[in-house]
Amino acid sequence: MKFPKKSPANSLRKKPRFIHLLGKEIRKNYILYIMIAPVVAYYIIFHYWPLYGLQIAFKDFIPKQGFWRSPWVGFKHFERFFSGYNFWTLIGNTLKLSIYGLLASFPIPIFFALLLNYLPGKKFGKLVQMVSYAPNFISMVVLCGMVKIFFFPETGVINQIIMALGGESVDFLSRPKFYRSLFVWSGVWQTMGFSAVMYISALSGVDYEMHEAAIIDGASKWQRIRYVDLPSIKPTIIIMLIFALGGIMGVDYQKSLLLQNSLNMPVSDVLSTYVYRVGLLDSDYGYSTAVGLFNSVCNVILLLTSNAIVKKKTSTGLW
Amino acid sequence: MKYKESIKHFFRQSKSDMLFDIFNVTLMVLLLIIFLWPLIFVLSASVSDPAAVITGKVLLLPVEINLDGYKAILEYDEIWIGYKNTIVYTVVGTIVNLIMTICAAYPLSRKEFAAGNFLTAMFMFTMFFSGGLIPTYLVVVKLGLIDTIWAMILPGAVSVFYVIIMRTYFQTSIPQSLYEAAELDGANPAQILMKIVLPLSTPIIAVMALYYGVAHWNSFFDAMIYMVSPEKYPIQMFLRDILIENKVDLNMIGLDPAQAEAKRQLAETIKYGVIVVASVPILCFYPFVQKYFVKGVMIGAVKG
Repeated sequence: MKFPKKSPANSLRKKPRFIHLLGKEIRKNYILYIMIAPVVAYYIIFHYWPLYGLQIAFKDFIPKQGFWRSPWVGFKHFERFFSGYNFWTLIGNTLKLSIYGLLASFPIPIFFALLLNYLPGKKFGKLVQMVSYAPNFISMVVLCGMVKIFFFPETGVINQIIMALGGESVDFLSRPKFYRSLFVWSGVWQTMGFSAVMYISALSGVDYEMHEAAIIDGASKWQRIRYVDLPSIKPTIIIMLIFALGGIMGVDYQKSLLLQNSLNMPVSDVLSTYVYRVGLLDSDYGYSTAVGLFNSVCNVILLLTSNAIVKKKTSTGLW
Repeated sequence: MKYKESIKHFFRQSKSDMLFDIFNVTLMVLLLIIFLWPLIFVLSASVSDPAAVITGKVLLLPVEINLDGYKAILEYDEIWIGYKNTIVYTVVGTIVNLIMTICAAYPLSRKEFAAGNFLTAMFMFTMFFSGGLIPTYLVVVKLGLIDTIWAMILPGAVSVFYVIIMRTYFQTSIPQSLYEAAELDGANPAQILMKIVLPLSTPIIAVMALYYGVAHWNSFFDAMIYMVSPEKYPIQMFLRDILIENKVDLNMIGLDPAQAEAKRQLAETIKYGVIVVASVPILCFYPFVQKYFVKGVMIGAVKG
């Protein structure tokens, strides 16, 4: 505050100087600017233009009039959404599905990576690791197709096994109470191996001298995990946790759309699939953009809040 | 010899560590089974007698080898149309992705590039806040890309995350002295990129090609919203029809009940077969792919 940086006279002179400097810079590095120009154009067209288009959340969008000339309607769409009969169902479904998902798919890769580290025999560990990545490369369509075929009533292999053991065939796919478990555990199966890579690479950076010291002090393997490994990979865990918490309102809509059917709809309908249905199937653009905007704002708030809380508690954060 | 040593080592441990090893190995064997069984089952079911699959006789290994499913797939035109389209989208898409990613990462990696911080912030911002599904769709409509190959390629032409990984690689894995030497010899930035940076960056380029390529191969959602004519659908769209919507087109008209039942069973086998057919390219590259994928994550983890 001692030296006021912007006196009026200064800022008047500054602007032309800035442009002058920019011109000089572009002339000096013109090859680099030409190179990056298509990327900048891509971001303006496919990311910033849609951001500009977000204004239709407050408008009645008329395709012929475009983003700008469609008439303003204020908060009409938001009021309709907040007072809609399905508002709380959508919020509840979204939160329940993703919190369940977070509780399962966040800690499991950490334990997997920790245990993998202690496997006797290098080759066996490498084999488990390599096999665990395989499901990650399966497409979402194939994964959901496999879930559907495996859990199909009567003919599906899971139900065949249940019936062979004397049970009765269960229609897992249309019973709402199984939907979340199918969604979450098929996700764990698909992603746990690959999510563990982050932790495996963090663990490989742990100084082995610390382990040797712990062994000399008579630490068991459990204790080495607890007191050497976990503290060492804590920063990685925290960063991943912030991202996971920030994504709580964003349920994977592609997977949801593939696993959805009319019978499990009461639990499978989440914010993002609602946006898809109302926006692209019913062409209610203004309203669905408003719902999507609400969802994105929630995501950003969650990310910022979890980053702030975690940073306060542990002094590790995204920025 | 090694086994003997590890067995000796095992018994030399304390009781709690022995217990730990037993628990750990058992759990990992169990996990191995959980990861592999669904994949092996699909493969086995695709080459087994349809009736045996439906009645639960196939649990792990094929029963009564029968390739009717694959014969039907060979004659299933839509799958091959989808295959051809997917190959085109994957190849063109990956080339565009790579060019764009290099064009973004290289200037950002240069110290003398003054706009670097501003542009990085501009790109990163979209990772946290975006226009979302509907405005993006409306822009693609406005640009007239609907039902063209460009709708499959342009909206996802670059990923910020990969740009940052590649920038970090350029900055950390290529010695600064090389740049300086080239500059002294009068090379301009484009020449440095082509003659020095790219030849030294083949590992990261391979990683990126695989990341982008697998994503293109597996994507279905862009096709679902942007493509209208079925003859332009990628294979994942036809897989969706067959696996999710249960639409297997087998000409069932005019068959007697027994034949119709056999066809219905065949339709089930076809489902397993198409999973295999659509995943073969990725599985062929798998050992190679997985090595590079892990490498990519490691590089990304340095500065994620």
